Amino acid sequence: MARPTTVKSASDGRVFDIVVNVFAVLIILVVLYPLIFVVSASFSDPAKVLGGEVWLLPKGFTLAAYENILHNGKIWTGYRNTIFYAAAGTLINMIMTVLAAYPLSRPDLPGRRLLMVIITLTMFFNGGLIPTYMLVKNLHMVDTVWALLVPGAIATYNLIVMRTYFQASIPWELQEAAHMDGCSNWRLLWNIILPLSKPILAVMVLFYAVGHWNSFFNALIYIRRESLYPLQLVLREILMISQSDAVDASVGIEDKILLAESIKYAVIIVSSLPVLVMYPFVQRHFVKGVMIGSIKG
Amino acid sequence: MESVQPKAAAAATVSRKRQGSGLLRRMAKRYDLYLMLLLPIAWYLIFNYGPLYGLQIAFKNFNPGKGIAGSEWVGFEHFQRFFESYYFKRLLWNTLSINLFSLLIAFPVPILLALIVNELRSKSFGKWLQNITFIPHFMSVVVIVGILSVFLSPSTGPVNKLIEWLGGEPVRFMESVGWFKTIFISSNIWQNMGWQSIIYIAALSGVNPQLYEAAKMDGASRLRRIWHVSLPGIVPVIVILLILDIGHFMDVGFEKILLMQNNLNLETSDVISTFVYTTGILKGEYSYTAAIGLFNSLINLTLLLLVNRFARKTAETSLW
Repeated sequence: MARPTTVKSASDGRVFDIVVNVFAVLIILVVLYPLIFVVSASFSDPAKVLGGEVWLLPKGFTLAAYENILHNGKIWTGYRNTIFYAAAGTLINMIMTVLAAYPLSRPDLPGRRLLMVIITLTMFFNGGLIPTYMLVKNLHMVDTVWALLVPGAIATYNLIVMRTYFQASIPWELQEAAHMDGCSNWRLLWNIILPLSKPILAVMVLFYAVGHWNSFFNALIYIRRESLYPLQLVLREILMISQSDAVDASVGIEDKILLAESIKYAVIIVSSLPVLVMYPFVQRHFVKGVMIGSIKG
Repeated sequence: MESVQPKAAAAATVSRKRQGSGLLRRMAKRYDLYLMLLLPIAWYLIFNYGPLYGLQIAFKNFNPGKGIAGSEWVGFEHFQRFFESYYFKRLLWNTLSINLFSLLIAFPVPILLALIVNELRSKSFGKWLQNITFIPHFMSVVVIVGILSVFLSPSTGPVNKLIEWLGGEPVRFMESVGWFKTIFISSNIWQNMGWQSIIYIAALSGVNPQLYEAAKMDGASRLRRIWHVSLPGIVPVIVILLILDIGHFMDVGFEKILLMQNNLNLETSDVISTFVYTTGILKGEYSYTAAIGLFNSLINLTLLLLVNRFARKTAETSLW
């Protein structure tokens, strides 16, 4: 790297530019290569993948792995369940978060400070895994869909972000004026605050939905019935435990091993696809969400 | 639903002077706000403070038949058993070292990435770099570990093919004691550097351009401008994120470690939180693992308080 000297020259700047650009290109290659490899391997002839012939582009193009996934009941169940968990869970998340964020954003709420302390403390201290598990068990939620919807109903970080947004972006005068006109708080929230908060609501829906889509740990501890398994648990089974079960029983044993191998690549794609397809469209909102979150509340 | 009085603001200031009964009146006036809060606050009390009640089993011999309150007290027996157990040193060392190495190695990477994005002459290339490095952040841990295992696979993974091509022996990375921490930390960097750099990039764009101009006039090279203008400009953000990271020092990456763990790499992959899961949830030793979990969160909390205090004194930035 160019040493900074007392007199900088034009070439110093140029060398610096080259170094920076080379680093940038390297980073892009390192991030993308594993992804490209997985995509290529999923479209390749399993024998060629096992033989180590796939480096960058697919070899012996085939859709066999995807066809197999199409016939896999577990993956379908997982997909359907995850869509349900993501939809219902996000709805609950949004209702609860708005119901908490709006009153707490109001400077005229008596006891606001105390309530905020009660809420913020939970970010730094909680009962831990075992007492939480016992609580959920005592509430008879284990092995029901509720275990995946209720215990995570509010993400405190999101709540604080939303509250900060309400405070910072919606003029207090507007709320006071609405009050003058005899508008109740429920109507104020529904007709004025929420329509003015679409950006942050969109960001929160995305955060929560992606969270539900990708989560597996709660299901791992609370869900035993396979019919309730979310996609990530099915994935975990295919990727890390017994791969050959995932394959159609109709194929022979050797093909089975081969297919099991290539199915791994295909399920990675199939399960990540919804989020990744959505991603270019919502990427800007995500960034905005992080920015709003970084405002100190 | 009752509407709020016209002179709400004026009434509020008056009653602030009167205190006492004024508070109740103010609360009554805002009853609908409390109504909204009812469900969320109840949820917080049940699902966040409820487990704190259950935490007492760390000092008891929990017996499902007698319930949490009915089980007998045993004092610090479980803690003692943990400290004296064969696993204690291994668990503590793995937990501490994985987090310490993460902090030392992974924490600065997003800062470097942000500086690179900031220094790129082509802004559109910078956007590309950002967008591409975000992608892995949106994949689930299960998928990430899946990618790791196929990518590092001894027979088919490109990494081992490269090693063989260079004349080496294939390495069973995922089952190796020596490689676990390296793989864990570097894949974390791979997954999160782009995402974590957002905040730094935002902070960098807020640095006053006149400072760069002034440094340029003084003859500072671009590296010097980074060192004397860019970095000082984002120090407050760095400090805040560092404190937050340290506040979760003891539980970083738990889900991923659990997924990457297998019998062969247990020696370096066994951390306190995964031990609590396997021994507590899977083997049902509730009291013992509740005690271990409590020990873990106490260290976390202590670290957070210490670092926050230290930061407030030295960098004049803190969480509260």
